Amino acid sequence: MSQTVELTGQTGTVVRSSVVKKIVKNPLGLLALAILAVMVGLAVFANFLAPFDENFANIGKTLAAPGGENLLGTDSVGRDVWSRLVFGARTTLLSALLCAAVAIAIGLPAGLIGGYYGGKFDAAANWVTNVLMSLPGIIVLLTVRAAMGPSVWISMVAFGILISPGYFRLTRTAVQSVRNELYVDAARVAGLSDAAIISRHIFSVVRAPIIIQTSMICGVAIAIQSGLEFLGLGDPTVATWGVMLNEGFKNVYLNPLLLVWPAAAIGLTIGALVLLGNAIRDALEDADKIKAPKRGTGAAGAAERVRPAQGASGSAVETGTEHHLVKVSHLGVGYPQADGSVKKVVDDVSFHVDRGEVLGIVGESGSGKSQTAFSILGLLPEAARIVAGSIQFDGKYTVAPTDDRVSQTRLSEFRGKRISYIPQEPMSNLDPAFTIGHQLVTPMVRVLKISKAEAKERALKLLDDVGIRFPEKTFNAYPHEVSGGMAQRVLIAGAISCEPDLIIADEPTTALDVTVQADVLDLIRDLQKRLNVGVILVTHNFGVVADLCDRVAVMQNGRLVEDGPVREILRNPKDPYTRKLLGSMLEGKEPMTMLVSTGAPAAKPEDEKEAVL
Amino acid sequence: MLNFILKRVGAGVVVLAAISFFTYILLYFSSTNIARNILGEYASQEQVAAKEIELGLDQPLLTRFFDWARHAITGDFGTSWFNSESVVQAITTRLPITLTLVVVSIVCIAVVATLLGMAAAVKRGWIDRLVQGAAVVGDAIPNFVLGIILVTIFAIQLQLFPATSSIAPDSGANAWVLSMTLPVIALVINGVTSSAQQIRSAVIKQLEKDYVRTLRSRGISEREILFKHVLRSAAPAGLTVLSLQFVGMLGGVVIIEQIFALPGMGALAVQSTTMGDIPLVMGVVLYTVIIVIIVNLLVDLINGWLNPKVRVS
Repeated sequence: MSQTVELTGQTGTVVRSSVVKKIVKNPLGLLALAILAVMVGLAVFANFLAPFDENFANIGKTLAAPGGENLLGTDSVGRDVWSRLVFGARTTLLSALLCAAVAIAIGLPAGLIGGYYGGKFDAAANWVTNVLMSLPGIIVLLTVRAAMGPSVWISMVAFGILISPGYFRLTRTAVQSVRNELYVDAARVAGLSDAAIISRHIFSVVRAPIIIQTSMICGVAIAIQSGLEFLGLGDPTVATWGVMLNEGFKNVYLNPLLLVWPAAAIGLTIGALVLLGNAIRDALEDADKIKAPKRGTGAAGAAERVRPAQGASGSAVETGTEHHLVKVSHLGVGYPQADGSVKKVVDDVSFHVDRGEVLGIVGESGSGKSQTAFSILGLLPEAARIVAGSIQFDGKYTVAPTDDRVSQTRLSEFRGKRISYIPQEPMSNLDPAFTIGHQLVTPMVRVLKISKAEAKERALKLLDDVGIRFPEKTFNAYPHEVSGGMAQRVLIAGAISCEPDLIIADEPTTALDVTVQADVLDLIRDLQKRLNVGVILVTHNFGVVADLCDRVAVMQNGRLVEDGPVREILRNPKDPYTRKLLGSMLEGKEPMTMLVSTGAPAAKPEDEKEAVL
Repeated sequence: MLNFILKRVGAGVVVLAAISFFTYILLYFSSTNIARNILGEYASQEQVAAKEIELGLDQPLLTRFFDWARHAITGDFGTSWFNSESVVQAITTRLPITLTLVVVSIVCIAVVATLLGMAAAVKRGWIDRLVQGAAVVGDAIPNFVLGIILVTIFAIQLQLFPATSSIAPDSGANAWVLSMTLPVIALVINGVTSSAQQIRSAVIKQLEKDYVRTLRSRGISEREILFKHVLRSAAPAGLTVLSLQFVGMLGGVVIIEQIFALPGMGALAVQSTTMGDIPLVMGVVLYTVIIVIIVNLLVDLINGWLNPKVRVS
């Protein structure tokens, strides 16, 4: 399989030049660069582009219309608007850069030190940050101006100080997130000084966000600066866009056009800066996306092959009309890619589950087993498409052969009512904002149409059923107040609360402590027997399969490689992949080998350990 | 709970003291010619000197500051140096205008931005592109430029609204609505564009959470998941966005009020700082900072109430 991975063309490393290339390729990024280039051009070559000095006033020719030697006309004292616009670009851009530079000079080192060392400095810096952020900027700038005079440069230095918390927070968060990374530890162990580590390893992490932030901050600086000048508080001897706006607004009854040029210049420049920031962010995020999906590509590579020839495990389900609880026929699930192709993660999978039966779906990460389970639940991610096959629940199609997505309307008839779900990660699957009781009661009220009081009674009973010692206490607890094992019991209680016919359990024990795992498996087995429900148990662990399942389906790279009764497959695995899975399990994972004593029930360890509440 | 509030109020007082001191130092350097400015060009040297003593300008910085602070603690912010109006009086007659403007705007922004942000996150498609596109345009056009555009088109060209308002706190409701409509629109458009996009990201972040999938698996309707669970979990992020908007707006109204000639705190701030009217400037700064501190405290309290983890600790 490993050869196919290379074919997908997603090489791992991303060099910085590709980021620049991506920005240029992005039409909006290119537009932003073009606008900024024009503005910078105006600023740099102002002396050549402007026919007049910025303050040269021709009193005899005030408020002239555009044309002739005054390209954009003249203002109320006869100054050339075009010349002022061009010189204004220089002042405006330079002062925005000054503001960003001041903010970086303060925020970046403070963030590096505060994030890296923490301690008193960090606390103090944080306090100052909070103070600065609760100051209304313009009012402070007005005060500064009153004290220090109307200079643009002073205002922008002051604004740079005011806005430096932006850089401080950004840097600090980034540094904190990498400070304890292994490679930083390694550098420390290797004897690098803190200064070297910060400059070499940590600075590279904050570089990109700083560039994005700077682009945005320059925009904000221009806005604030023109705002102040618009108030008439700018230096009247320096032409800036804000001063021009002020001048235009004074003459709005006589010549509204005077407002248009500076407003357009301000809008275009800030807009270009924002777009540039967005383009850089998009480019960097894209780069991350290419780096990330190493695990998924194996499945994709395999699935790229043409479907029909691969009828391999055709023995699974005949297309008969027999009445299974769930019947999955030749299911294919894929994700459309940016280049128009579809990356298949499930390919030609067929199986069925009957009432009272436990089917295990086994495979390693990326084998498509969870995707298969989620297609039955209709809970695939937004982007997923059903590319082939069908799913029937109790004789009714939830995915008809022609559907390209799971029909939510058809599934809503079953989901939560007859099909339920036990997730993998107990903590993240409970809403932290609501009590456990609330999360158990609401589905029952909605689905079973019973009263809240009745639902509460049932919920308490359920909590007791799943082995929770003090149901009342747990009922009133918030998710963060219980242990992982207990949360998983709560989720199991939720899964059986509406008397389903089918439970889909996605790695229900993987995230739990080893001691708790056995308890939860026991619980699932007991409940399954008692309620006589069908169970689809998704797992990567053959031990769990041997413990619980009647039949097993083995998946690899999105395809079903083998299925049949558990005993048979354990004793006589036909597919080399199954043998490999079994083999790796027997050798590597000693503690979980219930295989050696097939049939022997899992030890019944201390239930009590769990009962914290 | 009470403990938390007291702690926060205490922290707020410290911040307030620090900001007062800092502002006072800044203003100290601007007050060199103030007596001359008050009395005018033709006052004699003796008159100026007498005025300086009267205002306490002959005292050293710290003495002046603590003198001011001693009175300020009792709620006495002194009188304006230029027109002898009491500072508290000057502020309380103008504050209603500014607060109305800001509060009405922030409420509109909260409602519209939340609806738009959620729609963009859930429906994607054109509304998502609209929200994202508007965010760039909204960032590109500062609210005062938008205000200028609105006033030029709707007040000066079309004459639908008064170009310069003349409302006072005791004006009729009709006058208030007419005078406030355009400035509120300017603030709201700008606020909505930037907040909606951030609320969108917050909602998307929540929608991707595992618990949402589990809720779906339990047969809970999409609408209930969205409005009860997702909205609640995304609310802290949204509130933070809105509180930052609020703080920004307290500054932003200074310019907006100037464009629409609204006699609010903004006008007072510009006037007092340009003239160097220290008692008035101090009053404006303190009132503004107190409002910010209260808003931040409220946001923290609501967040605590929304998040059970914070509530317990």
